[in-house]
Amino acid sequence: MTVPSLGKDLLGLEPLSREQIQLILDTAEPFKEVSERAIKKVPALRGKTIVNLFFEASTRTRISFEFAEKRLSADTVNVAAQGSSVQKGENLVDTARNLESMRIDMVVIRHPSSGAAQFLAERIRSNVINGGDGMHEHPTQALLDMLTIRDRFNRIEGLRVCICGDIAHSRVARSNIWGLTKLGAEVAVCGPQSLMPGAIEELGVTVFRRIEEAIEWADVLNVMRLQLERMEAGYIPSLREYYRVFGVTLERLERAPRDVLILHPGPMNRGVEIDSRVADGPHSVILDQVTNGVAVRMAVLYLLAGGRPELAEAAKGDRGGGA
Amino acid sequence: MKPMLLRGGRVIDPSQQQDGEADVLILDGEIGGLGPNLSAPAGADVVDVSGKVVAPGLVDIHVHLREPGQEDAETVTSGAVAAAAGGFTSICAMPNTDPVTDNQAAVGFIVKQAAAARAARVYPIGAISVGQRGEQLAEFGEMVAAGAVAVSDDGHPVVSSHLMRTALEYALSFNIPVAEHCEDPALSKHGVMNAGRVATRLGLRGIPAAAEEIMVARNILMGELTGGHIHLCHISTRGSVDLIRWGKARGVNVTAEATPHHFAITHDACEGYDTNAKMNPPLRAAADVEAVAVGLADGTLDVIATDHAPHHYEAKEREFDDAPFGVVGLETALGLGMSLLVDKGRLSLPQLIDRMSTAPARIFHLPAGTLKQGVAADVVVFDPAARWVVEPEQFRSKSRNTPFRGWELLGRVERTLVGGRTAYLQGR
Ligand SMILES: [Zn+2]
Repeated sequence: MTVPSLGKDLLGLEPLSREQIQLILDTAEPFKEVSERAIKKVPALRGKTIVNLFFEASTRTRISFEFAEKRLSADTVNVAAQGSSVQKGENLVDTARNLESMRIDMVVIRHPSSGAAQFLAERIRSNVINGGDGMHEHPTQALLDMLTIRDRFNRIEGLRVCICGDIAHSRVARSNIWGLTKLGAEVAVCGPQSLMPGAIEELGVTVFRRIEEAIEWADVLNVMRLQLERMEAGYIPSLREYYRVFGVTLERLERAPRDVLILHPGPMNRGVEIDSRVADGPHSVILDQVTNGVAVRMAVLYLLAGGRPELAEAAKGDRGGGA
Repeated sequence: MKPMLLRGGRVIDPSQQQDGEADVLILDGEIGGLGPNLSAPAGADVVDVSGKVVAPGLVDIHVHLREPGQEDAETVTSGAVAAAAGGFTSICAMPNTDPVTDNQAAVGFIVKQAAAARAARVYPIGAISVGQRGEQLAEFGEMVAAGAVAVSDDGHPVVSSHLMRTALEYALSFNIPVAEHCEDPALSKHGVMNAGRVATRLGLRGIPAAAEEIMVARNILMGELTGGHIHLCHISTRGSVDLIRWGKARGVNVTAEATPHHFAITHDACEGYDTNAKMNPPLRAAADVEAVAVGLADGTLDVIATDHAPHHYEAKEREFDDAPFGVVGLETALGLGMSLLVDKGRLSLPQLIDRMSTAPARIFHLPAGTLKQGVAADVVVFDPAARWVVEPEQFRSKSRNTPFRGWELLGRVERTLVGGRTAYLQGR
């Protein structure tokens, strides 16, 4: 049997096969343990240079990638849009050319425009990892969501997962839809129609317009963040009403026919899309998601660097050479 | 000027229901005769065009020539030369230049540049409103006197129904069409491609069909209210075609055009974030593409116009959200019409010549679209059986932004005559 590889880049989950997604999740398992050690470091990417190129503010994703890179012993540089050439009007093409001439091994890119990660990947030889592009995909977030679900249920196939909230503007929702459907979950989306993208059913999901229906149906709710701008742009009347009508509240969960696992990619708007009592309650695995984020990103970096999955286990004990 | 005899071609002229083998004589830059076995005057160039189509030169009533303002993307001269290479002998330049062509001096500048180009004829279109800002009517009378053949705020819709009403009413005094880019900006806001499955997958903001159709309906009703001639640019949706059919049945003085890209390809061309497939109105779904072809065949859509919109390479070489809308079209239009409409049996060859020459000349009142004796000899000769591959590097246009790179097209322009002078000769 041939072991699947990831290819040069991780741009999204849509182009990946079920086997490739499983490979990443399986490779993440041994890396979870590294983070539990006193010395949280393995030499797998020693000598590799990684640039975290963030055109959009994101503390948590950048920190998660940075931890993953450092725990694999890579050299990392963070480039933030603020104060860099990006703000002086340098475009992505020039940025790509400059990176290329600095002989960077890998680039993690976060960008407000859909397709930016692919744009960069087509123009440089380095591996490119999409850390979130516009409303398109955020593959590592969906991978960590899936790892967290798998930890709890020991499977993904056959589970009913509902993604709730602002689907139209959410790259996390899109990546989750691709990943979960490929792994055999039943996937639904729930929210006001004004926050649903066109033709969403054609992606193979069920649409619920009432949160009560979603909660009655689901094993897992993945609650998307609702940005304040959506209210300002007129998609919903108010955050207050959103919470009353679409909020994932304790009262609603208590009426569910079964325990529902609660995920949220963060940062949360407590009292808007989610009730604090739910976020901090027994069904929430929101902090496990954060922990798993580092392991999944280590797995992605390791595999793209050419690491062999069967050696991931060995790599963590190997204090001598690289993998 | 030496006389020329085009001998033995298939001569198609929808203006006089001509379709059949004949000779065309050109004398002093005019059509001197059309018929079987014409004798060549002494000293004439006799050109054997057997197996070729001889037709009135093509007419494109919707191009953007970027001069003044963006001469690195196109100029009046480069656009006129590209037009001739595509078989066009008359083109109409939209006024969204920088500064906007919204007064007689600006119109006169285009006329002057066009005369110097010595290629296809270029007719200016004046703006509807000063600065295309949608507020105050531009001076139609003076612009028409300076050479404008129509008015349009293309690139932007006329949002105010009051302004559209007065534009249509005021235009009646000058017998010119008001050409409208139909788009409800509140619905299309931030959109970069057609709303639907592909936009959802790519995570790009969509422009719904209704953004066009609302304005198509409004403009038809404005035409009915005023009796003015409303011409609807680049129709892209099935709903718009239905509305225009309805408007014509009511007797409204409405005409409409469609672009080759809207009958050739769907929004699937945006896959991979190809910015050469980013245009406004956007590429639509398969049912819309079908409806546009049907509309052209049954005459609901009167005209094929390219919306030739050149952009510099650098402008398109960027994120999809930030790339400008537009595609070049002058040098691929005939090939796309031949390949996707005629070869597929949707339109007859004479119907294609009508939509690309006779009908647009009639609608914009241009002295073109005919081979009647005594008119200026604006003629295209093309090989309807020749296949060629689109290589943007070979374009005469200054810009290369086409989604048709590498396509094999049917129908190659052999020779374009403007006023009897050879403005393009294939292989030269
Ligand atoms: Zn337009």
